[in-house]
Amino acid sequence: MKLSLRALLRHETVLALLTVVVLAGLAQQSDRFFTADNLLNQGRLMAEVGFAAVAMTFVIVTGGIDLSAGSILGLGAIMVGVFWKNVGLPLPVAMALAVVVGGVCGLVNGLIITRFTVPPLIATLATQSLFRGLAEGISRSRSVRGYPEWFFVLGQGDVAGIPTQVWILVISAVVAAFVLGRTTFGRSTYALGANEVAAKFSGVAVNRTKLLIYTGSGVAAGLAAVIFVSRVSTTRSDMGTGLELDAITAVVLGGTSIFGGRGTIVGTVLGLVLIQALRNGLALAGVKGDGTIMVIGAVLILAILVSNLLGRDGDG
Amino acid sequence: MDAVTTGGVWLRVRRGVSAYGQEAVVLGALVVLMIGVGLYNSRFLSDTNLTSVFSGNAYIAVAAIGMSMVIITGNIDVSVGALIGILGTISGTLAVNGAPIWVCWGVPLVVGMAVNAVIGVLVAYARIPAIVVTLGMLSILRGVLISATGGKWITGLPDAFRLAQMRFFGVPSGVFIAAILTVLAALWMRYSATGRAIYAVGGNAEAARAAGIRTQGMLVLVFALHGAFAGVAAVLFATQLQVIQSTVPPNLEMSIITASVIGGVSILGGTGTVIGSTLAALLFSTIASALVFVDISAYWLRAVLGLLILATVLVDMVRRRRKGRLAP
Repeated sequence: MKLSLRALLRHETVLALLTVVVLAGLAQQSDRFFTADNLLNQGRLMAEVGFAAVAMTFVIVTGGIDLSAGSILGLGAIMVGVFWKNVGLPLPVAMALAVVVGGVCGLVNGLIITRFTVPPLIATLATQSLFRGLAEGISRSRSVRGYPEWFFVLGQGDVAGIPTQVWILVISAVVAAFVLGRTTFGRSTYALGANEVAAKFSGVAVNRTKLLIYTGSGVAAGLAAVIFVSRVSTTRSDMGTGLELDAITAVVLGGTSIFGGRGTIVGTVLGLVLIQALRNGLALAGVKGDGTIMVIGAVLILAILVSNLLGRDGDG
Repeated sequence: MDAVTTGGVWLRVRRGVSAYGQEAVVLGALVVLMIGVGLYNSRFLSDTNLTSVFSGNAYIAVAAIGMSMVIITGNIDVSVGALIGILGTISGTLAVNGAPIWVCWGVPLVVGMAVNAVIGVLVAYARIPAIVVTLGMLSILRGVLISATGGKWITGLPDAFRLAQMRFFGVPSGVFIAAILTVLAALWMRYSATGRAIYAVGGNAEAARAAGIRTQGMLVLVFALHGAFAGVAAVLFATQLQVIQSTVPPNLEMSIITASVIGGVSILGGTGTVIGSTLAALLFSTIASALVFVDISAYWLRAVLGLLILATVLVDMVRRRRKGRLAP
């Protein structure tokens, strides 16, 4: 009985209830909120942060952090334009290369963190400047526009009535949830987040796991970049500024411990939905944008506070 | 000079470098950069340019003092950029409404202390990780900043208010204040009991508690002090120009954290000095200015900064590893 009560009070359950309450409350506030059109559009707006957040969940479960995700998005976006317009490659190749650039950026993070044992916060703080700087230097603050019509399917189009990027995000989240929850790789991720030394002596390939995870975070940011460019029809070097903080907020709100070792993709997705619902619902209810971000900040602190009070089982 | 004294001097230098390792690396980089760029283009070392190099980042240096203390306790604050914006706005609003100058300069300190004391309480007593609390505060404070200013700039500031444009004893006030505060904070942290306690909390909170340090109260104190430094930084930032803008530079909190970390404050807590963070803030503005003088496009500024930060971090890691190998 005690065990099931503990299970009921899990962070994800609390969060799911909170999300339902918020959705119901917001639906009361405005009759435009709970319409298919609006909800699908919110899914579209949530996708870029969503990719970063899903990948960030792995990173934070290892006890790390990736502050360079937004900068990688900026660099990836610039590279789509550069490869296509300046180098003259076909657009699909340019898109693929932009994702590859994201992966390389993530790999660089991983190498700095594993080979030089630099704490992830510092390593990605440095590369945050570096990658954003490369985006600024390469683009010289010029934007690239004039993409062909088919390219916008990714960011502005629908497949079977649902925005294209929502499909991609859902598939990514399901795959990520499977990998984190049901595979050896996922167990290794938890193990090394809970106790890196113990994981190492238990035969977990700590460095290889970390390299893969940071590279994955870069790939996710690269993918988000391509979708972002397709959604807004242009490339700019300041795209994605602050994206990492939004992603981290969703992950932490979703119950992933910032110290590592604990967290789920389901939680992250709930965190994403709750944030986006608040953002949109409050706007529809007539609250201005600045009021909305204040509420999101307060919800983050309160959610962790409540979860700490309910689930106090020694790990803070 | 005989071999023994040369060895002695060399040993003493080596010891100094290893005690203040990262500070020495940053200072070395600063000197090399200044001499190098000065040789390439002598106008770099002109009075006016050096003044702007030294005073341009003074507010970041001041904010980094408080940030260093927070990081030394093993915590972090990603909300300070928005806080500086709010405190600057408060200061400017008071000034245009005719409040006495000491009120305009003093209130930001008090408000900064109060806001960050709340963060400290949430971290110390509610035991929410600092990064989570300050991520939430970042959203809240950004919202407050936008709704308070409504995107409008504050103009018509009285002349007496413009702290950053004054000179004390012929030195630009920003440089003067940053230098004094750095020295005072460094001495306080090195020699006072409370200062030592900050290192103790960051080094090993359990051991600190066992040694009779009230670790929770100490965290609240450190966050409050950090808020006061943010207040000073805000006044310096707000009085740099003729108007107070409704925004702060994007990623200001990251610049401040970077200054602390590059200056040798370990993100794991327990080590580092505020001298390092001030030198690092100076290094950044020197790099920014140097690029102009060696004809590198300003578009590459951030990339060069990022590369240098990375290089400094890697040199430090290699140095620490070697030191760890030498001393068992």
